[in-house]
Amino acid sequence: MRSSALKFLKEKLIQLIPTLVGISLFSFFIIRMIPGDPVMLMLGERGSDPKVYQEMTRSLGLDKPVLEQYGIYMKNAVQGDFGRSIVSKRPVTDEFFARFPATLELGVCAMIFAILIGIPAGVYAAVHRNSIPDYILMGGSLVGYSMPIFWWGLILIIIFSVNLGITPVSGRLSVMFDVPTITGFMLIDSLSPQVLADEGLAPFFSAIRHLILPTIAMGTIPLAVVARMTRSSVLEVLRAPYVQTAKAKGQSFNKVVWKHAFRNALIPIVTVIGLLFGSIITGAILTETIFSWPGIGKWLVASIHARDYPVIQGGILFIASMVIMINFLVDIIYSYVNPKIR
Amino acid sequence: METTQEVGFKHNLKEFLDHFSDNKGAVFGLGLVMGFITLAILAPIIAPHSASEVFPGQLRLPPFWAEGGSMKFLLGTDDLGRDTFSRLIWGAQISLFVGVSIVFLSTLIGTALGLISGYFGGKVDIVIMRFIDILMAYPSILLAIIVVAVIGPGMVNAIIAVAIVGVPSFTRLIRANVLELKERQFVMAAKTFGASPWRIMLKEILPNCTAVLIVQTTLGLSEGILSTAALGFLGLGVQAPTPEWGIMLSDARPYIESSPWLVTLPGLCILAVVLGLNLFGDGLRDALDPKLKR
Repeated sequence: MRSSALKFLKEKLIQLIPTLVGISLFSFFIIRMIPGDPVMLMLGERGSDPKVYQEMTRSLGLDKPVLEQYGIYMKNAVQGDFGRSIVSKRPVTDEFFARFPATLELGVCAMIFAILIGIPAGVYAAVHRNSIPDYILMGGSLVGYSMPIFWWGLILIIIFSVNLGITPVSGRLSVMFDVPTITGFMLIDSLSPQVLADEGLAPFFSAIRHLILPTIAMGTIPLAVVARMTRSSVLEVLRAPYVQTAKAKGQSFNKVVWKHAFRNALIPIVTVIGLLFGSIITGAILTETIFSWPGIGKWLVASIHARDYPVIQGGILFIASMVIMINFLVDIIYSYVNPKIR
Repeated sequence: METTQEVGFKHNLKEFLDHFSDNKGAVFGLGLVMGFITLAILAPIIAPHSASEVFPGQLRLPPFWAEGGSMKFLLGTDDLGRDTFSRLIWGAQISLFVGVSIVFLSTLIGTALGLISGYFGGKVDIVIMRFIDILMAYPSILLAIIVVAVIGPGMVNAIIAVAIVGVPSFTRLIRANVLELKERQFVMAAKTFGASPWRIMLKEILPNCTAVLIVQTTLGLSEGILSTAALGFLGLGVQAPTPEWGIMLSDARPYIESSPWLVTLPGLCILAVVLGLNLFGDGLRDALDPKLKR
């Protein structure tokens, strides 16, 4: 058993390496296919002087053969240097890590929202199969699954911000407060001793109010997926002989459902949740654009509009590697809990 | 006289139709999809105005049921004084055209890659599947945005970008089916008779993938329409003044407080079409997949 686990791990690792190399090649070369001249973009007016232009080209290494450029880029990238943004002149790595906590905070909230509502809804629907609540829940989850989230975000704004006036429209914190960045997670930073002493709990509640709408917008599709997956996986387990046995033994209905059925139904649910983390980025791009959320998604879209080559290149490389690594971990965890698939 | 094959086919078809019509959600989905296609095709007849006709001085009128609305503009007018109802109907035509083009391209490329990868196996398979893995590492919208950044915005380019994003799911699906089918006796028999690999792929294997392909095509259509609308919304897809639902949404954003219907209506259209296609696709899958039959 152990050796088969190791063999599986080895096979997966061997698959991982060419994919990572492929991603780095793809990210590197597709940027070079974007029309426009990065040197001109960096120099602006001064670029019309051929001497200055050539100097800049040389200093950026753009006069070297493309493959050599790729080698240099990867060598620096492995050491954590992804070049500097054309727009802000700051290192791409700094820019990324300044914004990543905002996206992660939103993504984690969206997943918690999806799990906290999706799992109970799915279990309820499975237990009350073919009842009216089941139809409503599953119909609702299909609507959620089909939701154009860029529209859903705007509808949430119309209802909760414009009509009810209970949630803010954009950003992470009211401009009235000043919360120094420590971790980058607003919910944590707003509880730092210094902020608490100066302004009390108000910044924390402001951060929560700013999170509500983006969390719902971003969490709706994952919520629908989790609810559907939970329902079908609990339904399957409920039919299994050991659940029937537990029922026959006269155990209480709740105990049968939560202790026997749900535990075993968790494997596919956890897998789906793992895979959803990859799609969080897609959600982030649209959600952050709507709510002016200062995270990775909004940053990438702005960089593409501004043709900020180093940022686009580094950003998509970061994201794609992250997706690959998460999928790899999900594969490994999945094979650990379910040895049959190895 | 009917041959046994014809009888078998009729029996299967009847069973399929029975299953499908039992599924109320699927029938409702089919209704939505048919309504959408009818609107798209009959747009020139149904739409009271053209999509670009401007009515000066009639800016941002509300729908007819609200105060200040009129029957001349059933769903009101936009910020330039164009009839929203007409633009939504013409938008159905754009969405249908864009969606079908996307699915056509991704089915063609995805299926070809899947057939080749699954049938030949070995190094070809490794190369194609690693390429697919790479494409799948980029979140769908991000990949579409990058492709658009390279080839530029616009309707045709948006179609190409979203079609590329859709390729992996077709390739993986077809490959998995080919791996199973190529061990079957009828394929073995064709091989023994000396049929060429291309003939076996196209005449023996592909027809047996029809069912899964139809389901995937339906779901691909819904994803394609959704992604194109998202690109349009981000300003990277179809460009104004084309009456595309995604652009109509983003154009209406500044008036979200004063004229919320301008934001609400195009999104409802997108939701209805995508929901209809998903319901229909789910119903098709359940009715076609013998393993899931109750």
